[in-house]
Amino acid sequence: MSPVGPASPVWYAARAGLRRGWTELRQTFTTGQDLFGHALWTVLLIVPLLLLRDEPLKGAGISLGAFMLPSMMGMTLAFTGLMTTAQLLATEREDGTLLRAKAVPHGMVGYLVGKIIMVSGTALVSMALALAAGVFLVDGVAREGGGALLTLVWVVPLGLLASLPIGAVIGSLVASPRAIGLLMLPVMGMVVISGIYFPLSKLPEWLQTVGQVFPVYWLGLGLRSALLPAGAVAAEIGDSWRHLETAAVLGGWAVAGLLLAPSVLRRMARRESGAAMEERRWKAMQRVG
Amino acid sequence: MSTTHALSEAGSSPPPERDTVIDVRDLRMRYRSQDVLNGVGFTARRGEVVVLLGPNGAGKTTTIEVLEGFRMRSAGDVTVLGADPARGDERWRARLGIVLQSWRDHGKWRVRELLAHLGSYYAPYSTALVQRPWDVDELLAAVGLTEQAEKRIGTLSGGQRRRFDVAIGIVGRPELLFLDEPTAGLDPEARQEFHGLVRGLADENTTVLLTTHDLAEAEKLADRILILAGGRIVADGAAEELARQASAEATVRWTRDGQSFEQATAEPTRFVRQLFEEHGEAIGGLEVRRASLEDTYLTMVRELETGSVTGEQAAHAFGKGSR
Repeated sequence: MSPVGPASPVWYAARAGLRRGWTELRQTFTTGQDLFGHALWTVLLIVPLLLLRDEPLKGAGISLGAFMLPSMMGMTLAFTGLMTTAQLLATEREDGTLLRAKAVPHGMVGYLVGKIIMVSGTALVSMALALAAGVFLVDGVAREGGGALLTLVWVVPLGLLASLPIGAVIGSLVASPRAIGLLMLPVMGMVVISGIYFPLSKLPEWLQTVGQVFPVYWLGLGLRSALLPAGAVAAEIGDSWRHLETAAVLGGWAVAGLLLAPSVLRRMARRESGAAMEERRWKAMQRVG
Repeated sequence: MSTTHALSEAGSSPPPERDTVIDVRDLRMRYRSQDVLNGVGFTARRGEVVVLLGPNGAGKTTTIEVLEGFRMRSAGDVTVLGADPARGDERWRARLGIVLQSWRDHGKWRVRELLAHLGSYYAPYSTALVQRPWDVDELLAAVGLTEQAEKRIGTLSGGQRRRFDVAIGIVGRPELLFLDEPTAGLDPEARQEFHGLVRGLADENTTVLLTTHDLAEAEKLADRILILAGGRIVADGAAEELARQASAEATVRWTRDGQSFEQATAEPTRFVRQLFEEHGEAIGGLEVRRASLEDTYLTMVRELETGSVTGEQAAHAFGKGSR
């Protein structure tokens, strides 16, 4: 094991990873295809907002549209952290990006740091885009300012920590990027029971319980607590923003992911070889051809 | 003046480390119940270009991946740059170059950008003797990609892309470079350029291990050719040596009185002299043909593929005893 310190090769690789992440972030927001993807996502979020901007949320003093905006930002965060990470890892395993990282000294360190920067940055920009577009469409969002906004300072990083490592585990375990597509179905199901498009309290109790297991609900809740007027708490379970529970559940996912990810990633990286890649490439070509 | 220069040159040459860069003994690889490698053994010295030649499925990639530390072997002793690849650390890895075949990775990156990025990982491994990484502009010029420096990698042609793969492989100024089927899919011109590039590296004392299934390429590039077939090395030597071994026998054809004759002989010169002493002017259409390395290699590959010979027998075709 190399010594760890500011001058050690590991640190050097980590800093190379920072630059890598920054470069990739710049690329994703200057490449036509990616930009289209980001724009499409934002539009898909905005449409239901537009439709329900005047629909009142009973007892909460806000519209259903206003309820949805921060919820969808939380969903965007979780979705990017989980699915984009998994998708990128699976794709870059197949196309040889990872093998290249493995061939340079401490390249995997740089690769992972780069991926964290890239995915986190994408998540933040996507959330900001949704907010920027939505805030003009619905009333009552992000008017509180001050203390409520401070909630973002811990909810957002904790949300990234809760979702990225799990995404990395998924990306390491799936056989191919196509498998990520199949995962979309259960993920959509998770979104439905996570109180994004309507308050969780509208669901049967047992589904509420299931929904509260996953980080999506808590990220939605955390962002609502930060961006909605105080009165909107009336639409939540137990009439509370439940910050302590939010931190506990997201923290739990973060710890689980951070415990699991290193060994799964290491195992995946160890198995990467030119022959394994060639085989996947061949299979992918068969599919294309 | 020139003496001083030579002295300072000598003073900065690498320390007299052991000259053997790769040492493989009795390497075995088993998948499920199939033996892919049955006791591969060879060595490579510093600055040598060694070509691992063999038909598809002979185990070339497996061998090279064991040496790269990307794959665990079933048995055998392997030493690469003084370390066991299965336990090679990152310092060891920094001395290796691996040329991977790119497919569509890093398509959004620009040529110079990725080269500079991947090179930066090698900076901590710079020594007084070896400046790492290679200067990006110099390297781009060396592989002939100066004009493409700002292009996105996804837009490079096949030949450009392959040269770029080589540039990535050598950006850390490796002491040992691995290339697995580097010219597959290249047109003749790109192949020619590529060969020049590899020779140039060897001239700078980089050891090169390259795999190919193309004999002509092996003959052109190799200081030494290793023929891998049936999971073992069936021939090991310089191209001329292998050619000599392969052509131990020659075929003499001639006509006499309108009839054709053919005779295989190990000593064609003597045979032809006797032929003329005996029949003189009556001999016509004389042809002496030695089996070329290509004939022998292709015959061997064909026989191995149809399963009519074993690796052991193939070794005999090259006058090599079982090892």
